[in-house]
Order: sequence, then C-alpha cells, then structure tokens
Amino acid sequence: MKEIRVTPIRNGTVIDHIPAGMALKVLKILGIGDSVASTVTVAMHVPSQAMGWKDIVKVEDRELGAREIDKIALIAPTATVNVIRNYNVAEKRRVTLPDRAVGILRCANPNCISNVREPIESEFVVRSKSPLRVVCKYCERELEDIVAHIL
Amino acid sequence: MSGFRGRDVLSIRDLSRADIELVLRTAKKMVPIALGKRRSRALEGKILSALFYEPSTRTRLSFESAMARLGGRVLGFSSADGTSVQKGETLADTIRMVEAYGDAIVLRHPQEGAARLAAEFTEKPVINAGDGAGQHPTQTLLDLYTIWDEKGRIEGENVALVGDLKYGRTVHSLAYALADLGAHLTFVSPPTLEMPPEILEHVKERGISYRMSHRLEDVVREADVLYVTRIQKERFPDPQEYEKVAGSYRIDSALLREAKRDLAIMHPLPRVTEIAAEVDRTRHATYFKQAFNGVPVRMALLDLILGGAE
Repeated sequence: MKEIRVTPIRNGTVIDHIPAGMALKVLKILGIGDSVASTVTVAMHVPSQAMGWKDIVKVEDRELGAREIDKIALIAPTATVNVIRNYNVAEKRRVTLPDRAVGILRCANPNCISNVREPIESEFVVRSKSPLRVVCKYCERELEDIVAHIL
Repeated sequence: MSGFRGRDVLSIRDLSRADIELVLRTAKKMVPIALGKRRSRALEGKILSALFYEPSTRTRLSFESAMARLGGRVLGFSSADGTSVQKGETLADTIRMVEAYGDAIVLRHPQEGAARLAAEFTEKPVINAGDGAGQHPTQTLLDLYTIWDEKGRIEGENVALVGDLKYGRTVHSLAYALADLGAHLTFVSPPTLEMPPEILEHVKERGISYRMSHRLEDVVREADVLYVTRIQKERFPDPQEYEKVAGSYRIDSALLREAKRDLAIMHPLPRVTEIAAEVDRTRHATYFKQAFNGVPVRMALLDLILGGAE
C-alpha cells in the first residue's frame, strides 16, 4: 500500500521531481523564509520510480510566475510544477531551461556593466544544459557558482 | 558579400573568417592612404563619435587618424572628466544622446560589456575600442593584419604567445581568432599565468594543435611569430619573484641567435623591459609597424561600416 507522506493541498503549487537535496535551494528561490503567510511543506529524500530519490515542495495559496519557474529550472531541471486548484491538478508543467536566462542571475564579475546602474536586465546565454553552463551576455564570462548568483 | 555596412563590431568572435579576411584585404588597400601618399574622400561628410571613458593614446589617435585620412571627422571626449558621466548619467543615456550627433560610435570604457550595452541603445553602429578587461576587437584585427602582412598567410604559421596569458585580454582574443584562422599556437608563460582553460578548450575544438611551455628558449627556434606581452608586477605578491620571472621572459639578442631569420616579434605596446632596446635594430622588430597598422585596419573597418568599401 502506498503511504501518503504529504497531505494534499487545496490551492497552491506542488513542485515535484526535484533532484534529491535541492529542496532547500528551491525554497530560497521562492523567497520562503520567516514571513510566509501560507503553509509550506517540504519532503526530502522521497523514493521515486523515475529518479531513485527526489524532493518535493508544496506551497499553499500561491501560483508561480514564469521567472520563478525559470529559476527553478536552473537548479532542478527535472522538476514538474503542478498548479492545484480546489484539490485538483489544474495545470501540470515540466520546467524547461530557457536558452537565455534573463533577469534571474547576477553576474559574478564585479566589473561587468550589468552590475552597475544601467537600465538593463542581466542576461546569460545557456551554453550547456547538462552540466549547466552559462555565460554572461555582456562580459562574456562564464558564471562559476550558479546557485549562489540566483537573484 | 558579408554585409558590414551599419554593423556593430563588439567582439572578435562576432566576425567570421570571411569577415576577418575582408578587413585584412581592405586594410592592405588603405596603406598608401594611411601613409598620406594617396588621398581619399571615402568618408567625407561622415562623423565618428569617439567616447573614451578612459585614456588610450594609441587607439584614440589611430581612430582619429583613420577617420581624417578618409575625409571624415571625429568628435568626442578622451576622458570622462567634465562630461555628464560625472553627474551620474548612465551609459545608456549618453549613448541615446550621442546617437544624434554622428554616424557611428567608437567606445572605450572601463567596464566589461559596455560596448554590447551601448549597441542595444542605438541604431548606429558601435565599435568596441576596449571594455575593461574584456574585448578589444580592433586590436586583434591589427594583430592579425600584421601577421598576415608580414608572413603572407596566417594558416599554418607557428605563433608563440608569450607573457601574461592569464589576465592579458589581447592574447585571449588573439588566441581565439588565430585558432579560427588555422595558426599553430604555442603558449609561453610562467606557471601561475597560463592561458585560461576555456581558451585552450576553444583551440582544441577547432582541431588546432597547441603547445604549452614555461621556457622561451624551448620555443624560439620553431616560432614564425613571437607575440610578447607585459608581465605585470601586481600579479606577484613577492617583488623578488617578479624580477626573476620577468627576467626569464625577456627578449634580447642572445635569445634571438637561435631564431629563424624571418621571425617577427610583435608587442601590443607599451613595453617596459620585455624586449631589450637592442632588438629594435634587428629585422625581427615588428612592433612599431604593428602600431602603425592600427591606422589602415581601422580605416578599413570604418570604410566597410560607414562607406562603400565592399
């Protein structure tokens, strides 16, 4: 019999198939800290037929924007995002890594023009998806620690 | 036809092999005009806006000379002092304003990526004249022109890049371009200043063989071109260590005894002690000619972008 470890939610978002160990980083991307009004449930190291082990994050009463989903794709390219409305899965989406990451990463080069007061958004070209490698469109430098530079 | 008219030149990597070859051939035709032996009005009535946010004697003067030799005019500034930049104007706003004053913009800026940003805010062509430690494509073009002009070809030539290969932006862009053009590359540097792995990766991807060495003596015999760069004192925590390293990468007559007769020695200048003054009198010294080549190469680029050189 299948054991239910995480109870269903009425409205909100379930991010499933997160690579094991990445759930806390997903929380960071979603800005989930002390001052969150709704319930957030995290399941870590859950058995998964497809992945062996996975993490799951459930956020009640919140649907994610496109930018947030792009950010999740950077660290959890296997994740699926389920939008729950009235206990039903209203939408099921696989995150997809965009070819260009716009406005979601900060360039690590302090002397890059994208880090000064100019009316532009940061932009990185995805050079390789696995392993993930991104290059700043402006200074053409490769970003070393991608997770640490998520905006 | 590669369609240079109205185009931005931001990074050497934006140019294809055919583009580069067109610039080199056009530059060759510009030499008599650059020397003042022939007159040209190819860019009469055209205005180049030269925005130099930091000083750069050679690049700025050679752009001004190039434009003047083709009958065009230059306006702009040679330092950010006294401009609206000091009042806190963004580069984007400066570019939108300057767009109205000329036909093309040449930009030198202390921050990496500045030229690419500038190109996003104007319809006019932008030429990158150096952005911080980033790109300096007209320097690379004049380096390529010098090798091509001296040797008659680039493909198959043994080019040794010497000095600070880790931080030197000119050697990075040059290595990229030389790999694309099929030169054999040798990288000579102290162990702490080796060529970054992503550039070695690019060279490998191009199917180009390269060699790495820490000793100049080991490569001087084979080289057709020695491209020498300055090793900066700041890179070494210990001044004694610097003296030792800098001394071992010095080009002098003794070293050149082993060299090929037609070895060309290049340097982006300014040099400090990397090349002994005695080398200036030898047939190998190509660095002053290289500095002159900045003029015909920039003329070629300006004429291709603004005029009808194609």
